[in-house]
Parts: sequence; structure tokens; C-alpha cells
Amino acid sequence: MSNNDDLTSEAIRHLASLTRISMSDEEVEKMRDEMSNILDNIAVLNEINTDSVDPTGHSVDLKSVLRDDVSKDSLPTADILSNAPNYDEDLIKIKPVFE
Amino acid sequence: MNQDDLKNLTIEKARDLLDSRQISSLELTEAYLERIENTESDVNSFVTVSKETAINDAKNADILIDSGNQNLLTGIPLQLKDNLCTSGIRTTCSSKMLENFIPPYDAFVAEKLKNQGAVLLGKGNLDEFAMGSSTENSAFQSTKNPFDITRVPGGSSGGPAASVSASQCLFSLGSDTGGSIRQPASLCGVVGLKPTYGRVSRYGLIAFASSLDQIGPITHTVKDSAMVLNNIAGFDSKDSTSLNVPVPNYLDKIDHGIKGFKIGVPKEYFQKGIDPGVEKIIRDSLKVLEDLGAEISEISLPLTSYALAVYYIIAPSEASANLTRYDGVKYGFNYSNAENMWEGIEKTRQFGFGDEVKRRILLGTYALSSGYYDAFYLKAQKVRTLIRKEFEDAFQSYDVLAMPTSPSTAFKLNEKMNDPMQMYLNDIFTIPANIAGIPSISIPAGMNNGLPVGLQMMAGALQEEKLFQTSYAFEQATDWHKIKPDI
Repeated sequence: MSNNDDLTSEAIRHLASLTRISMSDEEVEKMRDEMSNILDNIAVLNEINTDSVDPTGHSVDLKSVLRDDVSKDSLPTADILSNAPNYDEDLIKIKPVFE
Repeated sequence: MNQDDLKNLTIEKARDLLDSRQISSLELTEAYLERIENTESDVNSFVTVSKETAINDAKNADILIDSGNQNLLTGIPLQLKDNLCTSGIRTTCSSKMLENFIPPYDAFVAEKLKNQGAVLLGKGNLDEFAMGSSTENSAFQSTKNPFDITRVPGGSSGGPAASVSASQCLFSLGSDTGGSIRQPASLCGVVGLKPTYGRVSRYGLIAFASSLDQIGPITHTVKDSAMVLNNIAGFDSKDSTSLNVPVPNYLDKIDHGIKGFKIGVPKEYFQKGIDPGVEKIIRDSLKVLEDLGAEISEISLPLTSYALAVYYIIAPSEASANLTRYDGVKYGFNYSNAENMWEGIEKTRQFGFGDEVKRRILLGTYALSSGYYDAFYLKAQKVRTLIRKEFEDAFQSYDVLAMPTSPSTAFKLNEKMNDPMQMYLNDIFTIPANIAGIPSISIPAGMNNGLPVGLQMMAGALQEEKLFQTSYAFEQATDWHKIKPDI
């Protein structure tokens, strides 16, 4: 985990595409340097033996919460659409998905 | 009410003035709006000032007070951090992504305060999406420390802490994921409380790291903090992590003193990197607590230094998932010149997010990706278990733990902006409480070269009463909370 030599510019580009963030070459290089430094610092966790330890997702013990299956009023469509960048009548408009 | 009077006002005092009709909520609200107008060009703590709704809220509060139907916060002017949704009032997260977002609903806490007739003055600046420790990551403005406007207020709740410090409001609510309430409270000389995870509903708090985020008050005094927590704590069916346990009246035991209290002082919070001036003030504060009857013992929490690494895996991982929703389709910033949908989403996220947000999204995506998940995310969750256990063991023997909130006082604007790792180290003393989910408070404990220093205390889960009891005793014995900036 401390071997961050494999954090190449290619790896950053791959992460950028997974996260759907466009990045310039300059941004990729800067990100690689900064992330490598952060990962080096994170590597201290290897010093701790966690072989027989269970993971903690939340600090409180969570139980699945279900409500009764009763319909309730939703927010009015107009309220939701008021924040949409593009819409047509009751539908949100997006750019073409298929060319 | 003149500007200097506002500097000495607390919620407790304002309540008396309102209830005895020495002042109306409208007069109080107008005085704060004037104060904001006079100081905001120096402090920059507000993203939005909601003047019209504030005046309207104040008039309604006066009707409630006149008819004897008020409660503790009726007519009290406040600010909310701008990651708490407010129906009809712009909520930006200090991000270009949400610059024009007007929520169609209120956060649980916003609704609670509204129902009590509290008066919302506006929305407080933060590091974009609450990621940062100086409020310099805001897409709109850098908030300044009221004690020295060439310095940062801390972050991410820098707007809330600076506005309370500069007496622009009686209190504000912040959110604390790794120290974002306590660290700015320390740097601005005010009281900041991070309650137990689940104590306050996160419904309507724009999510950063869902297993760590918690909302809490920033106030002038410890008693004010307890008064606000009384009014925002409690179960909410809309937050599945909200705790369904009774809320005590946090004022009941606040003045019971700390005779016989066992206070542990973990030595790991006094090691490398701490400013000697800060250390001296904290050591002096421990003597004050001892004189008040507490038993002080040095203890060891060996896993302390690993909490930062755990945090910088868990928080970005959760953030990378939470921030997937910003695609420029349903709401928020939208890059309009794209040829197709994917380009639209990718450019929206390129131009809508700032550098720190992108860094964390990529880091989190890396930690969660196949081949790295076990080594990073799962490892961090396992160490989280050990850190939690270490605190649980300590609270078997001690009522409260005491330590500095921040290793230094407020630093200069731009001083740490080019080195993310240096910036992250600001939260080294606050992060452990978030990892363990336990309550923690920062209170004014001294001044070092004209800048405030905060004393931090932590207690076991749901033991906020012990924090209030200890903090209140300290506050009664000292005058540090009375020192206000000249601004």
C-alpha cells in the first residue's frame, strides 16, 4: 500500500474518467504529485496489525430502518424543476446520449 | 441597542431582554443586520444575508413573545452554515456547483429553529463542501479571523465561527466531519460543540462523509451551547442514523461542578508540532480544572496519530460516493456547451468543483477501487474499530479527556494553501472524536500573541452533559470567553 510509484499519470487519468471529471494534462500532473504525497502519509496504517479486527462502518450500531408502506405527498413537480438547468414541461432535458 | 452592547450579548441575556420587553426581536434583528453591514467587508463570513426574511421572522417572533408563546430561541437571531438546506433561501456549500441552488425543503435543524421562531440572518461561508481547515477553499470568498483579518478563521465552519466571534449573530450552526466546528471555534475564540454522531439529525445537511458528519452549535458561551443543543437534538425518522434515545435537558446539571471528576490527559496530544504557547495555555487550563476539584491524570492513547490516516481514507471514500450526484442534470451548475451528455457531465464537474473537492473525489475513488479496497478502505475501517475501542476503554476510567483543539493559533491567509498535507495536519487533534463518534467541545482557554487558543474536551458517546458540566465550570472560573475582537 505504500508503493505509490504505480500512481502514474495514466492512473490519475483513469480515476478522472471513473469519476467523470475532465482534467487538463497540467491538472493530472499536479494531482499525481499531491495524491502520492497523501498516500505516502496514509501508509502508516500498515504498522498496525488488524488481522482479527472487524471493520467499523458507523460509530453507532445501525439497524435497518423501515417505515410503514404508506404513500405520502412528494414535493410538487414544479418545486423540483425550479432548480433544473434545462426542462421541457414536466421533463428534465439532457444532451443526446446516443450520437 | 448599540454595536458595543451586541458584543456582550449571549442567548441567555437576549432571552431576558426579549421576555422582559426591554427589546423587541425586530430591534435586536435590525441591530444585528446593521452590525453585519458594518463589519462584513472585513470578516466576509456570510455567503447570503437574508434580510427580508429575517425582518419578517422577527416580527412573527414578537407576536409569539407578546402572546406568551415563546420558547428559549424565539426571536433569537442566528446564522446557519451554508451546507444546511433552507427552503427558499439559496444554499451553496460555497461551491460554484450549487451557486444558484434554492432548496425546496428545510434541513431538520432549520425547520426546528423556524418552528421555534428563531430568526435566520443568513448563511455562513465554508470551505467548499466542508472540505478544508481555513475556509479558503470557498468558491466565493475567504472569511477573515475577526482577531486579525490577515489570518484565517479556521474551517470548514469558518463563516459560522467568525460571525459569532465578530458578534454578527447570537449563534450559528456548523457541521463537523473532522473538526470543522471545533477548530474554527478555537481559532476564533468561541465555543464549538460536535455532539455524538446521531444526536442531531443530518436530514438536509448536504452530505460530505456520512459516517462522520455531525451538526452542532457555535456560541459565545457554554450555557448558550447547551440551550441550542436542547433545541436541535433528537430523533428524526428522515435520518436513519439518528439516535432514538431521550434527550436530557442539558441545562439541568450544567452548574453541578466537577468535584471528583476524573479527567484524562492523553500525552499523544502534546507531542511534535504543537506550538509551545498553545501547550502552555492548555497546561494552565488543566490546573484550573484541578483547582475546581477534578482529578487530572496523564494517560496514553497510542493510536491517536493513526486517526488522521484513517480519516483521509474514509472521508474521501464517502465523499466520492456522495458527490456523484452533481452531474448538472437535476440541479446545480451545468456546462451548457457540451456536444453530448457525457461531455456535459465531465465538464460540469471539471468547472463546478474546486481543487480540494476533486482531490478528495479522486482519492476516495482510488481507495475504493478494486485491488485497493482491502488495503485502504477496509484497513481504515478496521483501524477505526481499534480507535473506537481505545476511547471506550479510556472512558471506563475517566469522565472526560482534555487536550488542545488545534496545534497552533490562526495562521496567515495563503500560508498553507499550496500544501494539502500541511493543511490536513490542522485537524490532527479533532479527527479522533469523529472516527469514534464521540462528543467533543472546544472552549476559549487563553490568548497567545493576541490570538485565541481553544481547550478541547471529549466524553463518551451521549455524555454531552459531562462536557457541558466541565466546560461551564471552567468558563465560570475564567474570563477568556469575554475577550472579543476589536472589530
